[in-house]
Amino acid sequence: MANSWKEWEKPVLDLEEGVAKLKDLASKETDESKRKALETRIKEFEQRITNFIEVRYSRLGPWEQVLLARAEPRPYTLDYINTIFTEFLELDGDRRFGQDHAIVAGPARFNETAVMVVGHQKGRNIQERGYRNFAMAKPEGYRKAIRMFEMAERFRMPVITFVDTPAADPGVESESRGISEAIAASMLKMFELTVPVISIVIGEGGSGGAIGIAIANRVYMQEHAVYSVIPPEGCAAILWRDPMKKAQAAAALQLTSDSALKLGLVEKVLHEPFGGAHRNPAEASDIVKEAIEKGLSELVPMTGEQLRVQRYERFRSLGHLLGE
Amino acid sequence: MLARKSAPQAPNPNFVQCKGCKKTLFLADFEANLWVCPNCGHHHRLTWQQRVEVTFDIGSFEQLDLDLYSGDPLEFPEYEEKYAQAQAKLDQKDSVVSGLGRIDNKLISTAIADFHFMGGSMGSVAGEKIARAMERGVEKNCPVVIFCASGGARMQEGLLSLMQMAKTTAAVDACRRNGIPYIAVFTDPTMAGVLASYASIADVIIAEPKALVGFAGARVSAQAGVSKIPGDFQTAEFVFRSGMLDRIVERSEMKSTLSQLCGLLGAHLKGIN
Repeated sequence: MANSWKEWEKPVLDLEEGVAKLKDLASKETDESKRKALETRIKEFEQRITNFIEVRYSRLGPWEQVLLARAEPRPYTLDYINTIFTEFLELDGDRRFGQDHAIVAGPARFNETAVMVVGHQKGRNIQERGYRNFAMAKPEGYRKAIRMFEMAERFRMPVITFVDTPAADPGVESESRGISEAIAASMLKMFELTVPVISIVIGEGGSGGAIGIAIANRVYMQEHAVYSVIPPEGCAAILWRDPMKKAQAAAALQLTSDSALKLGLVEKVLHEPFGGAHRNPAEASDIVKEAIEKGLSELVPMTGEQLRVQRYERFRSLGHLLGE
Repeated sequence: MLARKSAPQAPNPNFVQCKGCKKTLFLADFEANLWVCPNCGHHHRLTWQQRVEVTFDIGSFEQLDLDLYSGDPLEFPEYEEKYAQAQAKLDQKDSVVSGLGRIDNKLISTAIADFHFMGGSMGSVAGEKIARAMERGVEKNCPVVIFCASGGARMQEGLLSLMQMAKTTAAVDACRRNGIPYIAVFTDPTMAGVLASYASIADVIIAEPKALVGFAGARVSAQAGVSKIPGDFQTAEFVFRSGMLDRIVERSEMKSTLSQLCGLLGAHLKGIN
């Protein structure tokens, strides 16, 4: 069982690396026939990669979905912001204590409409990951989000949130500054809004840290994203006292996008390009953009009160109840 | 552990050992002291029935929504068995009991979590009962008091449990919109998904002394940062000092405190009498 996306995808990544090398060789090759031969080999390899991806991605288990949701090359919030919106202007600070780089936020334009964007932001290398605190937001991040939601309400801007966090920050300082209150207050603020809200789970929907910014009229989930009440490692540790049983835990938790759709917890699963969003970020962006367009076209005609009540009822009705 | 366990003896039903100071207590004294150790003041966890007894006017509590249960929506390993065992052992359908009661004759809509039922964990039923208790406050026009005792969301119901955080928060919004005071009482323990939803956004938050109150498990928190961990980290006292709750109230004072608060914050409510 692979422990990381890189490990799981290694056979494909090796082939892709080989193709890149062959392409480099071919571009430098002056001899026509040798170049032709190289190009034939490249074609063969590419076909093998395609077949390989087809097979592997057609039988992804829940644990592989977790790895994929956490994959470093996956497009992150800022990647989507930069491709889907224009005029994004990042705003910062919770006006209480400090900054939080695990959540990015600010106004932007979506087609013609001014909107407010809030999302967890991961980092791709060690420095970035440290700077972003692995997308684990502290109270300051949620309080910054609350500020943005309040502005959106005042200035009648639809809110778009991107969810991609392993969890909220569990540290001592976050605890002492009220991480629980910050998450709850952010949810409460989102319930109060009388503007359209759309949330998209683009990677890891990690428990309270995720739902803290995911109280929306429409919740979408990318095909290879996961959404869970607890990370599979933690679940395995509690249930079987063995974190290595994370694959079983991932299966038991039903954290994949199709499970969430079946349970009626998301409105739509956003299809990803062949081999995952990271293999074609532009196409992934287009699909996300289209979903936002469609969602807004449904929500914009509603009155503020209708939007608030629809959001309330959407979440109020969730659960599995028997005996009445 | 200081002492080795002595040879097992048949427990004498007239005595109990304090979970705090380990002193042997005379059961009658212990009960008369509301399950608080007369020696060290340790507030022992209560069953929901005991909570009703120490909180509400005698005979005033009426349990509602009592047939609700959740089934096993994910067919999660061992959930059905654990759920059935807890139900059989505790004679209740899930971790939270909801209903109406009176404190000094003031009508209160309430929900009480019982830690003895699967760690008081919040799944679909707990979330529903808490939301209903809040909505019942709106309907009856009376204050809402919720007693928290939970390790967090119930993982056996997966994402459905996470959604209970949102659902209960939505119900808090309903209270606020309708001018219904909502008081949360943090008892040992109040953790994770429960703390990070309806519990932390009550109008007034009261805790019992030394109750465990926190977002992440203490070990997780310790691993997460280099900062020094205070000795009383994730206790009611630590959370109080951090400005995250209003008062720490001894169990013997809890009823009178709730009565006073509901009387003051609910003075405008027609349904309270």
